[in-house]
Amino acid sequence: MSTASEQRPTDVSRRRFLGYVLAASTLTVAAQLGEGAAAPRAEAAVPGVPEPADLYDLNDMLTDATLATANLITITLNPDGTASFALPRAEVGQGITTSTAMLIAEELDLPLDKVQVSLADARPELLFNQLTGGSNTTISTYTPVRVAAATAKQQLLEAAAAELGVPLSALSALQGVITAPDGRSLSYAELAVKAASLTNLQVSVTLKPASAFRVIGTPQNRVDALDAVTGRKQFAMDVQVAGAMPAMICRPPTINGTVVSVQNQAAVQAMPGITDVAVVSTGVAVRGRTFGQCIDAVRALQVTWGPGSEDAATDATVLAELRAAENPIVTPPLPLLTKAIDARFTFHFASNSALESNCAVADVRADSAEIWASVKAPITAQEEIAGRLGLPVGAVTVHVTQGGGSFGRKLFHDAALEAAEVSKAMGKPVRLMWHRTDDFRHGRVHPMSISRVRATYSLGQVLTLDQRHTSVATEFGHGLGEIITSSVAKLPVGGLTFSETIFSLTQQTPYNFGVTTQLLTEVDNGFHTGSMRNIYSPNVRCAQELIVDQLAAAMGQDPYHFRRNFLKDQRAVAVLDKVAQVGDWGRTMAPGTAQGIAIHPEYHGFVAVLVEIDCTPATVNRKIPDAVTGPRVTKAVCAVDVGLAVNPKGLEAQMMGGIMDGIAVTLTSSLHLDGGHFQEGSWDNYFYTRQWNTPPELDIIVMPPTTGTPGGAGELAVAGSMAAVACAYGRATGIMPTTFPINHDAPPAFTPLPTVPPIPQSPTDGLSRAY
Amino acid sequence: MPSHTFVLNGQQVTVDVEDDVRLLWVLRDILGVTGPKYGCGLGVCQACTSHVNGRAVNICCVPVSDVQPTDEVTTIEGLPATVGQELHPMQQAWLDMDVPQCGYCQPGQIMAAVAMVLQARAAGQQLGDADFDQIRNICRCGTYHRIREAILSAQTKF
Repeated sequence: MSTASEQRPTDVSRRRFLGYVLAASTLTVAAQLGEGAAAPRAEAAVPGVPEPADLYDLNDMLTDATLATANLITITLNPDGTASFALPRAEVGQGITTSTAMLIAEELDLPLDKVQVSLADARPELLFNQLTGGSNTTISTYTPVRVAAATAKQQLLEAAAAELGVPLSALSALQGVITAPDGRSLSYAELAVKAASLTNLQVSVTLKPASAFRVIGTPQNRVDALDAVTGRKQFAMDVQVAGAMPAMICRPPTINGTVVSVQNQAAVQAMPGITDVAVVSTGVAVRGRTFGQCIDAVRALQVTWGPGSEDAATDATVLAELRAAENPIVTPPLPLLTKAIDARFTFHFASNSALESNCAVADVRADSAEIWASVKAPITAQEEIAGRLGLPVGAVTVHVTQGGGSFGRKLFHDAALEAAEVSKAMGKPVRLMWHRTDDFRHGRVHPMSISRVRATYSLGQVLTLDQRHTSVATEFGHGLGEIITSSVAKLPVGGLTFSETIFSLTQQTPYNFGVTTQLLTEVDNGFHTGSMRNIYSPNVRCAQELIVDQLAAAMGQDPYHFRRNFLKDQRAVAVLDKVAQVGDWGRTMAPGTAQGIAIHPEYHGFVAVLVEIDCTPATVNRKIPDAVTGPRVTKAVCAVDVGLAVNPKGLEAQMMGGIMDGIAVTLTSSLHLDGGHFQEGSWDNYFYTRQWNTPPELDIIVMPPTTGTPGGAGELAVAGSMAAVACAYGRATGIMPTTFPINHDAPPAFTPLPTVPPIPQSPTDGLSRAY
Repeated sequence: MPSHTFVLNGQQVTVDVEDDVRLLWVLRDILGVTGPKYGCGLGVCQACTSHVNGRAVNICCVPVSDVQPTDEVTTIEGLPATVGQELHPMQQAWLDMDVPQCGYCQPGQIMAAVAMVLQARAAGQQLGDADFDQIRNICRCGTYHRIREAILSAQTKF
């Protein structure tokens, strides 16, 4: 009979999992993806009314969604002593191939450089389990990957015990070598084949305790850095596929415009290098020997275009639509003497364009198709491409290539779908790439939104905080929708749309502000939208933190101490204290300069950001050709607690990038809509952070492990830094900013490129600008 | 079709292609040299930055007919050979600082950095904070800070 204490899970039992040894010629092990979610979740206990995301957030949903449908992920130990693993996720710069290799190296006791992590092709049997998004990769794969690696090590130890004739418990494994007490040793290379199994076996393995970690939690350089700095890293357009010649699309002058007729198809097809011209659903496709000749052909095409879906739209008309759709805030009866702060913020369209523009290689045959592209939802891509081509899903292979950035863009597979259509229309393989100008004008955008925030306070307490976020609809058609459909019954929020569900699962108010509500309303129209790094959070958090500064001022408190007093979670307090201390919060600042501080909770983690901004005329008016200089963030201090940082160096990199994004969307980056199209068409029109906007001082502090399990990292810093920069700007100028980026309504800093022809010719003065 | 000869990463090459095709496409689409990347085709993002006779050039803006038979075109693939090492000190600094994230812009960043250091050196100077305003290369992952650190650490090592 067992006692209650025996039934309580012990530390060891919490680390015991089932792994699989698969029948193969060399040691091959597996684990079920999704087991990481099996551990019980602590319910949050907070005063006031908890919001849904306090109890169950997007990552819980993404992880839980994998439970029922999980399938096996496999590690192979090769006869040369290296281990191979095909990660069913997309690497787009966030460093997951490195952190995954670290997990394997840890449990397998193998040097990091002997672990090879590649990207898996689309695997339909994984269902929901092959989506890269929501900063969920490490959260959902942390346990399964380690279980597979631990299974491999256990099998190697058993093989070594038999070979050396000593008990398994007497052996030790280190750096890919198993050693007996008498000094005899066998390398993993010598054991890989001997440890292979003739049949599939299920085995029980125990993971290392955190106290034994030698790799996890140590700063490691990226496993793909050498390839990146030598030019050997292969992106989709670098993959050599026989016969796949360059292809481009001549696109309409306005969003969703259509081809009515092409006047000179034969003449364009006869241009130097051009092999094919074909009308497709998004425009007129050309294929040629070089992309340069494709550009010439696109520019030469004479096309009669039908109207687009947004031809009359401007920033002002969309803003008016949003205002009309905004839901009112109904505040319950409050005590006499209650005061209120009420403000509305506008966040303009922004581009999630990566430096690698939309692109894909497609080789479509009569009865099969092969695609090469960086896609974060490859199963959805495979299904949709099969549907478009009229092929069975199994006849379409989607190879996931290394991605040149994503920022949400690669959740969609627009170029892969287009490449498949073009390849089919021409009957030839193509290497399809979007011109940069198209990528800004016809690529997906972060939707325009407005956020109204009303807070009430009395006698030193905040009584209510209501936020009404009204946005052009964000498309989630990349497969996240399927997860929600399957999971929605489990959620503590019922009757919401997909977007509302995502919103309520990601947005939290980290403060004890009494009755808090945060609601999303969407205006649906024809814009091509998508999640941009951190989805709603940068805008929602920025609006809320600006109101927090206003509350602090109204209640006569310092912004840091005010936040500290009202924060719900001690982990939030710890990161806030850390940036205040390292960033010397409250130091005397010159006129026109100021500090700003903000906090953001998400992905089971917390980030605090302190910035210093310089809004003095000498800085704001700095002249750099074809640039927006403006206010300069001169210093950024960031403290991050993700529970457990698998690779602190990689986490620092993600914080650094997130801060640059936060600076961009606050100060310089937006798209201007006019006449049915976005005006921006180049990186000197769309002002993402450049060297001249980069803070000269940057300090990122990774907090020691708190929860012992990793949270999400890839997007966490964007919201915190956007809010901190906005707060600093408000404090430096004495005027709370309400339009973002702050320069959006200023006279444009560029002359828009023409829309006909849709793309500009490359200059010819390269040599004269040599330096 | 016109024929064009130049020296690419130490080897003489001859390509038959129309005069106005930009060098970037000659390298990538015809010769299969994919280190230089496309990011705009407008000389703005600088992802294609390579060297012509040791100076940084946006090769998306160079018609192949502008390149003479004796011109030395060096891409990231040919950079190490300039010092007879496996890696150029700038590449090594990039590794030491773990600069790359997605890596797409990094060949262009490194080629630009090497040329800037050499340009400053020719003027008897070293690069400092103010000089970084001259670097126009986009890094959409936002690795700018580590790029600065890598350049500062490498500039005295070659």
